Amino acid sequence: MAIPRVRTTALPGVGTQYGLTTREHRQLSVIAHRDGSRTLNVYHSDDPDSCSQSFRLTRDESAALVDALLPDHHSPALLHNNDLGLVAERLPVTGTSRWNGRLLGETRMRTETGASIVAVLRRTGAVPSPAPDFRLAGGDTLIVIGTREGVDAAAAILGRE
Amino acid sequence: MHTASVFVELGSIILVLGLLGRLAARYGFSPIPLYLLGGLAFGHGGLLPLSASGEFVATGAEIGVVLLLLMLGLEYTAADLVTNLKAQYPAGAVDFLFNAVPGAAAALLLGWGPVAAVVLAGVTWISSSGVIAKVLGDLGRLGNRETPVILSILVLEDLAMAVYLPILTALLAGAGLLAGSITLAIALATAGGVLFVALRYGRLISRFVSHKDPEKLLLVVLGLTLLVAGIAQQLQVSAAVGAFLVGIALSGEAAEGAHTLLSPLRDLFAAVFFVFFGLSTNPASIPPVLLPALALAVVTALTKVATGYWAARRAGIAVHGRWRAGGALVARGEFSIVIAGLAVTAGIEPGLGPLATAYVLILVVTGPLAARYTQPAVERLGELGASLRRVPRRKPAAGPPAVPTAGAGAGAGGLLEPDLGPVLEPALALDFEASASRDDPVGGPYRS
Repeated sequence: MAIPRVRTTALPGVGTQYGLTTREHRQLSVIAHRDGSRTLNVYHSDDPDSCSQSFRLTRDESAALVDALLPDHHSPALLHNNDLGLVAERLPVTGTSRWNGRLLGETRMRTETGASIVAVLRRTGAVPSPAPDFRLAGGDTLIVIGTREGVDAAAAILGRE
Repeated sequence: MHTASVFVELGSIILVLGLLGRLAARYGFSPIPLYLLGGLAFGHGGLLPLSASGEFVATGAEIGVVLLLLMLGLEYTAADLVTNLKAQYPAGAVDFLFNAVPGAAAALLLGWGPVAAVVLAGVTWISSSGVIAKVLGDLGRLGNRETPVILSILVLEDLAMAVYLPILTALLAGAGLLAGSITLAIALATAGGVLFVALRYGRLISRFVSHKDPEKLLLVVLGLTLLVAGIAQQLQVSAAVGAFLVGIALSGEAAEGAHTLLSPLRDLFAAVFFVFFGLSTNPASIPPVLLPALALAVVTALTKVATGYWAARRAGIAVHGRWRAGGALVARGEFSIVIAGLAVTAGIEPGLGPLATAYVLILVVTGPLAARYTQPAVERLGELGASLRRVPRRKPAAGPPAVPTAGAGAGAGGLLEPDLGPVLEPALALDFEASASRDDPVGGPYRS
């Protein structure tokens, strides 16, 4: 199986264009704009010079699309997925969450789900291995490691209003 | 009391500009013509002659030109310019021949003399990169194969400005052949030197300028630009070219940051510049030059189409794409006004300002339409010619069924970025039906 070649074309003043010809001889291209947004183009089969569809995607939309295109698809929250059946995910604590302002111990996360909270990310910095008396706040992101089921249960607990 | 009247006048001008800009955005065309018209309305012989704020507006207009060119320079890296120059110089030469010559010829026909001929050559030569990039985005044609050709022609024109503007400045200053040659030599040496330094040490310059704090970055970039522009003007090289070269020299993060920070400033002062240009033009002087302007617009629209066609053919693009490239290049805009503005300030030919105003008004409005309809129109004509019967067959033109990205990432329609979505939507919808016969690009075999 030949590795597909991606052609790069500079579009001065706009950005860079990456073009791909698929195995079925269809043309695809992505334009990387300088502001981080992307344009995804699909070409006519009978006029390969012109786009039949052109989608403007924001930074986040393109990231979500790339995730869906990856051979081992996963959700954008996922940090790592190893073969031992453990996953690491980022889980947000929203401002409306019931845990906003409560202690980490009150979530009884490890007891109920078996998942560990290995760090809390805040604007002010990361707190590694938070103790049970750590006070959560809206806007925190928890790095949780556990089995797939455990992490899903942890997400459900954190999502409580 | 003087301050009060300056505020009242400036406030009313800027407020009117804002309202005009909103109007333009609603109907999806470039605000530039409206700003020009606004200036005409305020100026001498207009509805509300201004007095107190004249000086400020004049300085603001100069700053507007400097910022326009700085932002243009920021769009490109030195490497962009050099590679385009190497690969596309024949297209640039054809562009010059086809589009600058009609302007010069028109000035000579009108009996305005050689200096006005050089000015008008520039006015008809330079396409509006701002309008064109926006139109291509709105028509969903950024990914088309002819787009790099269009963009490189625009790059070459902008690069040519760095040579053309010093020549023009020297001519307008009434310099003789020797003084003019010296000026040109200085300008070329400076431009070459800046390009060389930017290619070699661009990262160092950008690192010197770059700063995490937006405030410092803004002050450093703006200060540097105005300083270089001022020195360039002292050397008779033209302030605008100095600013352009500063933009070229900055790259990477510094350019990104400066671009974001200076966009609003550019929008404000460029709008002031267009108003100032309108202010210095008497509305009564436009009707006499309307016919020549219209004729010039028609001729130079056709020559731009020919330029695009030729350049796209040279790049090995099929017939459809050649016509699309030609149509896309028609729009003229901000830089035609910048060039004419220099001439008006120097006061060489009273008819020049009104002619340029009318010319740009026509082409900035029709340019996007030309980009959209040139290729379908040509095909329709071809069908008519091919059909031996008198009655043409009603076959849908196989135009590009571009889907407008109206609103989606279209940015806040800035000064040079009219949002064409609403206007083009109906036309595009028709086109889309025509394309329904194409095989659906989405329904490919889905293999997991």
